[in-house]
This record gives sequence, structure tokens and C-alpha cells, in this order.
Amino acid sequence: MKQKETMRLPSGRVIIDQEFCKGCSLCIRICPREVLGLSNRFNSVGYYPAVVESAEKCNGCGFCAQVCPEVAISVYRG
Amino acid sequence: MAVVFERPKTLIKKPFTYCPGCHHGLAQRIIAEVIDELGIENKTIGVGPVGCSVYIYQFLDTDFVMGAHGRAPAIATGIKRTQPDKIVFSYQGDGDIAAIGTAEILHAANRGELISSFFINNAVFGMTGGQMAPTTILKQKTTTSPKGREPKSHGFPLQLCEVLSACQGSAYLSRVALTNPKLINQAKRSIKKALLTQIEGRGFSLVEILSPCPTNWGMSPQEAVDWLEKEMIPYYPLGEIAVKEGILHA
Repeated sequence: MKQKETMRLPSGRVIIDQEFCKGCSLCIRICPREVLGLSNRFNSVGYYPAVVESAEKCNGCGFCAQVCPEVAISVYRG
Repeated sequence: MAVVFERPKTLIKKPFTYCPGCHHGLAQRIIAEVIDELGIENKTIGVGPVGCSVYIYQFLDTDFVMGAHGRAPAIATGIKRTQPDKIVFSYQGDGDIAAIGTAEILHAANRGELISSFFINNAVFGMTGGQMAPTTILKQKTTTSPKGREPKSHGFPLQLCEVLSACQGSAYLSRVALTNPKLINQAKRSIKKALLTQIEGRGFSLVEILSPCPTNWGMSPQEAVDWLEKEMIPYYPLGEIAVKEGILHA
């Protein structure tokens, strides 16, 4: 248990293209660490896009990008 | 930083024109990824049909032909027979492949044509406004079956993969869904196997992709994915329906 607490998780970076996103929320549904949320401002097409709300929680698993039907998300880990 | 996920090269960088939550974009991204991995982007020809799936020609950076409703496998047959070194695939919806185009797909499979078909099954006619399709599951409400599909007057849903598995020419048939990362990885492996079946000249290959249609199902994108997992997958079981080794024409 102690080892688990001191274990360092990799940190990830999620970039969401605000103009590609249509706010379907499938990425928010699949994210295991509740990193993503919906923006309160709409994009040029009129959708409320997904945004990174708590970037520090992200470990770069890439699930959000995997399920994104718009291919609006890129994920980096390091 | 290491790249975990980026847009595949074969997918043109422009926003999809599909409704929010539609899995057409996801399916096209996976096809683009597989084309990238196999390095066949310069010798691939796709055939688009009629319906929402036709828009694939805007998004994949390969050559495309658009066909009449349901006739994509016939056109793909002609292209493949005249240019056998090219990789030819058709990308069709359920209203196209399982309704008006049943004859074409059945005989293409039966002849063992060296083409691959990707079949997006969303259980309704999407582009025309959500009418009942042959693949609509029992009790599902559509604009032309407002009380739900019932077998006495509407018949039973068509399981196309199982129908085609009876054809001797079909070398690889598989059914996949794209609702979570595990299933997406399985789908990618299936699509790769289908294209490899064609490249190795083994016979006809088809991958059926279950997809939600939130607009015509009258659901939010998240509800639609849940409904697909709960109602559609039990009727359309996932997995490889038929895998035949060896070259069928030999």
C-alpha cells in the first residue's frame, strides 16, 4: 500500500481542437480521472466544446482521443 | 513528450459534417489509421454509396468513386478486376448494403470478389430521417414504425454477417462496435485483417460496425451509446463470424 502511495504516475497533456468539437461528451463519459468538462462558451459553429478542466489529474491514457468521433483530441505523455 | 494519440495522416484535417455523437467519424479515423499502417494510401480506391456514409470521400485522402444506391460492391468489383494491384473497399450504411443493395453484396461475397466492405449498421435510414431499415431491431421505434418494430407486420431484423457467412466466397466476416477503447482496438484489428485478406488475395471480406445514430434515435450521444451496448449488441453479437484460411479461388 505504501509503495502505491509513493508511485509516480506519468503526466499527460490533452489538446482539444475547439472548432472540431461538437460537444457530444463521449470523452467526458469515458475519462477515468474526470479531467474533462464542457465549456460554457460556444465555438464558431455553435456547439459547446469539451475543455480540459483539471489538467493535473491527467495521466495521458488517451481514452478520450480513442472515443472522439470528431478526431478533435490529441494526447501526449511524458 | 511522447505522442499517445494524433490525427492519422490519411484523414484530411477538416471538421466532420456528421451529427454530434455519430460514429461515422470514428470508423473513418480507424480506416485511415489502418491505411497509414499498411502504407497503401497511394493505391487505395474507395467506393462511396448513398446515405450519410457517402461523405467519406471528403475526409479520406485516397481516391474515391461514388455509386448509385446499393451498387458500391458492383462498382468495386469492376475497379478491382480492371486494376488488380489496387486495394478497393466499399463503405456503406445499413440502408444501402442491407436494403436496396442486398443483391450486390450477396453476389460479390458469393463470387469471392477480392474487395473489402465496411458496413456501418445504425439500425435506421439516417440521412432520410430515421425510417425503419431491415436492420432495425424488434420493438425499436422509428418514424415508420412509431409503435416499435413487430415481426408480424415488419419482419425480423436482418443479420447480414450471418447471411453472408453462408456464401462460399466470403473469407473474412466480422462484427465490431466502437463504444469503448477496448472494442475500438478490436475493431481496428478486424479492419486490418479485412484489408490483409484482400491484399493476400484470399477472398471477400466485410466488417460490420455497429454505430449509434443519436439524432434519429431521439437520444443524447451518451444515451445512444448506452442503448447500443444494452439493446443492439445482444441481437448483433460481436466477434469474427467467419474466418476462412487459404486462397478460396485456388
